[in-house]
Amino acid sequence: MTTTYESNIVLSSKEYDVLGTRPIRHDGHDKVTGKARYGADVYPTGLLYAKWLRSPHAHARIKSVDTTKAEALSGVQGVVTGKDLPETLVEPGVDRTVTLGELSTDLKYLREGILARDKVVFKGHPIAAVAAVSPHVAEEAVGLIEVEYELLPPVLTAPEAMKDDAPIIHEDLETEELGESTGKISNVAQHFQHKLGDVAKAFEEADIVIEREFNTSTVHQGYIEPHTCTADWNADGRVYIWNSCQGPFNIRDATAEVLDIPLGQVRLTPMEIGGGFGGKFEPYGEPVAALLSKKTGHPVKMVMTRSEDLECTGPTPGSFIRVKMGATRDGKIVAAQAHLAYEAGAAPGSPVSAGAEAVFAPYDIPNMLVDGYDVVVNKPKTAAYRAPGATNAEFASETVVDELAEKLGIDPLELRLKNAAKEGSRKADGVRYARIGCAEVIEAMMEHPHYTAPLAGPNRARGVAVGYWMNAGLQSAANIAVNNDGTINLTEGSPDIGGTRASLAMQAAEVLGIRAEDVHPAVADTDSIGWTFGTGGSRTTFATGWAVYEAAQDVKRQMIERAAMIWGVDKDSLEMERGVIRSEARRQVTTQRTAGTDRYRSVLHHHEEPEEPELSMTFKELAEQLNATGGPIMGRGSVDPKGVGAAFAGLIVDIKVDPDTGKIDILRATVVQDAGKAIHPSYVEGQMQGGTAQGIGWGLNEEYFMDKEGRMANNTLLDYRMPIAMDLPMIDTVIVEVANPGHPFGVRGVGEVSIVPPPAAIANALHRALGIRIDRLPMNPGAVVKALWEQSK
Amino acid sequence: MKWIDFARPATLNEAIGLLADNGGKARILAGGTDLIVQLRAMPGRINNPDLIVDGKSISELNELSYSPESGLTLGAAVPCYKIYQNSEVAKAYPGLIDAASLIGGIQIQGRASIGGNLCNAAPSADAIPALIAHSVTCKIVGPNGTREVAVEDFCTGPSKTVLEPNEILVSLHFPPPPPGFGARYIRFIPRNEMDIAVVGAGVSVVLDNGSVKSARVALAAVAPTPLLVKEAGAALVGKPASDSTVSEAGELAKAAAKPINDMRGTIEYRKHLCDVLTRRALDAAITRAKGGAVDAH
Amino acid sequence: MPTKSHVQTRINGENIEFLCEPRQSLLECLRDVLQLTGSKEGCNDGNCGACTVNLDGRIVDSCLVLGVEANGSEITTIEGIATPQGLHPLQTAFLENAALQCGICTPGFLVASKALLEQNPNPTEQEVRFWLAGNLCRCTGYDKIVRAVLDASKKMGASV
Repeated sequence: MTTTYESNIVLSSKEYDVLGTRPIRHDGHDKVTGKARYGADVYPTGLLYAKWLRSPHAHARIKSVDTTKAEALSGVQGVVTGKDLPETLVEPGVDRTVTLGELSTDLKYLREGILARDKVVFKGHPIAAVAAVSPHVAEEAVGLIEVEYELLPPVLTAPEAMKDDAPIIHEDLETEELGESTGKISNVAQHFQHKLGDVAKAFEEADIVIEREFNTSTVHQGYIEPHTCTADWNADGRVYIWNSCQGPFNIRDATAEVLDIPLGQVRLTPMEIGGGFGGKFEPYGEPVAALLSKKTGHPVKMVMTRSEDLECTGPTPGSFIRVKMGATRDGKIVAAQAHLAYEAGAAPGSPVSAGAEAVFAPYDIPNMLVDGYDVVVNKPKTAAYRAPGATNAEFASETVVDELAEKLGIDPLELRLKNAAKEGSRKADGVRYARIGCAEVIEAMMEHPHYTAPLAGPNRARGVAVGYWMNAGLQSAANIAVNNDGTINLTEGSPDIGGTRASLAMQAAEVLGIRAEDVHPAVADTDSIGWTFGTGGSRTTFATGWAVYEAAQDVKRQMIERAAMIWGVDKDSLEMERGVIRSEARRQVTTQRTAGTDRYRSVLHHHEEPEEPELSMTFKELAEQLNATGGPIMGRGSVDPKGVGAAFAGLIVDIKVDPDTGKIDILRATVVQDAGKAIHPSYVEGQMQGGTAQGIGWGLNEEYFMDKEGRMANNTLLDYRMPIAMDLPMIDTVIVEVANPGHPFGVRGVGEVSIVPPPAAIANALHRALGIRIDRLPMNPGAVVKALWEQSK
Repeated sequence: MKWIDFARPATLNEAIGLLADNGGKARILAGGTDLIVQLRAMPGRINNPDLIVDGKSISELNELSYSPESGLTLGAAVPCYKIYQNSEVAKAYPGLIDAASLIGGIQIQGRASIGGNLCNAAPSADAIPALIAHSVTCKIVGPNGTREVAVEDFCTGPSKTVLEPNEILVSLHFPPPPPGFGARYIRFIPRNEMDIAVVGAGVSVVLDNGSVKSARVALAAVAPTPLLVKEAGAALVGKPASDSTVSEAGELAKAAAKPINDMRGTIEYRKHLCDVLTRRALDAAITRAKGGAVDAH
Repeated sequence: MPTKSHVQTRINGENIEFLCEPRQSLLECLRDVLQLTGSKEGCNDGNCGACTVNLDGRIVDSCLVLGVEANGSEITTIEGIATPQGLHPLQTAFLENAALQCGICTPGFLVASKALLEQNPNPTEQEVRFWLAGNLCRCTGYDKIVRAVLDASKKMGASV
């Protein structure tokens, strides 16, 4: 287990003053002392607590809802049902579409997911909610609501739901086939296809072709803080919301849409967020709490229980995937085909399109055919989860690539490197890559001592896999105000889930030549900053970072102008570098002074030396003079960047298997990832380690264990088994830096891709350890033993 | 709203009186790690009690006394950590220590009691097979006096026990370990801690000159109650403590198990684990009986 | 209407009295009654450790303790770990080692880690992992948390 490498390495490509250092995060002290206020830590005066009534059935028609007894209970102040939500049709049968996180959805589905009206389509589907003086009263009142159901058969997996005789979940859902509406009603919301070259011909020419089928289970983001929100419908009509979310503007807008009020009427204040991983982009309680507040005249808080969070918020889909890949004897992958059927859950909108983009994305393959199916089933509507759609798809493809390497007798990383995508390579969707670091990641894996370290002992083996994620751009805004002490106030709109106050502050500090500690970053409410897409898609340090960069450049320009005015010189003669403003036109200084600058002359004279003075001022020195020289300086940045840099990661993992029990232990893990530029390497490492841990959990034990009626049997954190500290080794990291040409500092975004490789890497290690290939996730102990039994048959 | 009252009686008689006064609508609280979760279950799922009777101020429920002559008396409310912190007890009752140190995490072990684990009567309860292996007797007190029940007879079904509504489990009595005694509790869980047994195996052996004088094998999570597999223990008696006799016991345990298919495992897998765990537990118990040490778990 | 219970405790070194319903957990009392919101609710059934507090010298999940049970007890929450003189070395180590991302599990980890170092000042990596098995973190993969605890242990040892 010893290594001569450091545990955490940065293969840095460019050095900066602030970027690449490791300052203490700005919100750190609040978060280690318990002062930081999270979503549920809001206690406005007169607070009421609300609870949901949820369907015990996965598929049923609602015949009647009677809230009389609940309303009569002492302490109950208000009850709402689906009938309280306004209809928002733009024309008969057609609803508006709203964008939430990395997915978009019809408003109808969003509204009906928040409170059902006529039909429930997953177990836990909310039907009503009660606001009361205490959560216990609310809970008891919920139990007094009487609902009559007409039960319908549930359909729980994509292959099942795609059958011709499957029960139909949405009677008005028309299948979209290759971009065209078919008029056919089915559970398949959409079938699309990516086609490149001629796969049929290429498979014929391939020396070796491997085709495998895979099934993966539904899994949850598993953030530790359940969904929560508090709403106060103010007397002036404004709706104040405090919550824990990734996208304050996304949820503000969605809430306004569902309530059918102007979006500016809602002010959303994002509290500190206790994890999201993609799962906190969607409104669940916000419109309900708002309606209850309007009804009762009190602020209303809703906090999900852990079971509600698992059963009723958006997990990431289970999937059925078929992958076929062909290669020539010399190790060139010439053809790849995939069929991806993802469970959207109770409404359309699974991340299958991202899965289709990702499935073969690490490779330069001339012939590809990818079919994607978005399939509704009676499970909670899926939401984003860290590289949504990619882990499922690349578990399948990376397992097949490993098998190709085995059959070809080529080292698995060598095969990957030989076929690695590079600048100019086309993905299945036809889009060509800009500069990417796929090959560099694979090379760093091959060079890492872990890859060649001896691994002794029975039933132990090493596996590898690589992963791709697209990353996101989208809109962000930032403001910077310069304080007179030379510090700056940075205001931005991206909730800080994992240290982004620091990574944003550092980019401002780098531009202005000040210390990271001289920046005071704040995440603003939706009244106080421009529209900013949520924290997701690995975009905050990239896109909001760019907005911050622009805001800092704006400040820099204004500081230079101010200095020019003070000195009475042409602003073009000034430059600002490393926080010092200098004039290149020293000699002209005295002669160019004009009457207009006389009032500042005394200040300058004070600094002037007898001979030629050097005109120079630090950022701080100038900041001190702002109020006396025309007033404060504020910079602003607003961006919608297009130069999103794709992310690649790879995992080397050593496992030990107990063949009697089927249990897999992770002995050692090394994750390699291209960050473009690691702004704060500690938090980049944290993302890599955290994603790896989630990928390991997904690979080994996490799953929605559904009974035949569509109820999640394992709806607690005891039985939904996320890795604990005992389940993981130290996770070593190598940060590769292949600068993204689409960002001023080369940033790519680091939040997601590391979740992709672990399931395949573990499956590949398992094959080396015991000779079995597992084609399902999770590879839990029971599945491993079953595979061993089948092997011995 | 339904109100739940709370009482912390100082004596056993007072507690029994409270139970009687509340006509079956009172529950005894020890560590609370099961009861408090159950109180919180959504309305309609369980019958909430009217009264919670905290047993932690009753001296009999907090007793932890051991002597080599009379054995161990373990009050029903003694939290796990007090058991494994007691080195004499740890040495004499290794199967108990195995169970007490793997129930929950450190936080749970600060509160959860072995008696509570028994009264909760989960088929998967970690403590119960260990108690069976240690031939524990349960002391029950009620309005009509005291009675004793062998621990293997205490649970009657999932969440069901022999306790009458007005009775309290006061303590568990562990007989003194005879010479040549060794015990072991192990379970299989997918994670490395903080999990529910897919299968658990609690065993004990008494060795005499390398052959088995007596043995007990008990299983968790393979029947409606923790299961004493008498035939598996009996099969070992009079035979050398060898791999083949241990394998025979494993096969018998597997045959006796009547598990269900659920989220934690299939019938086939669980039966297979009964064999694996019984063998592993017996190997460890034999090692201990011979004075050897085994890994924590 | 039944009356609430009167509970007397010492919390973070101060005598604190409060009223609660018997069914309210200690966690609910800390948060909803006393506004000590540093202890977090992650699962409400003892499986995540985010509500960990020290109760009479032992760490417990405060969601699995009734508020009324705390009568006469001494409680330390995350709010009581730093002193007016500064952060506890564990808190400093968590910051220096970037041992938190979202930070929701951090209070529970700090309260638990402090109890570990009090009874075992020089734990091994495995001992740290075992002790913290009842605390879930979904962000970090535990690497930097374990490093922070080991780092604090080293620094606290050095300062003695």
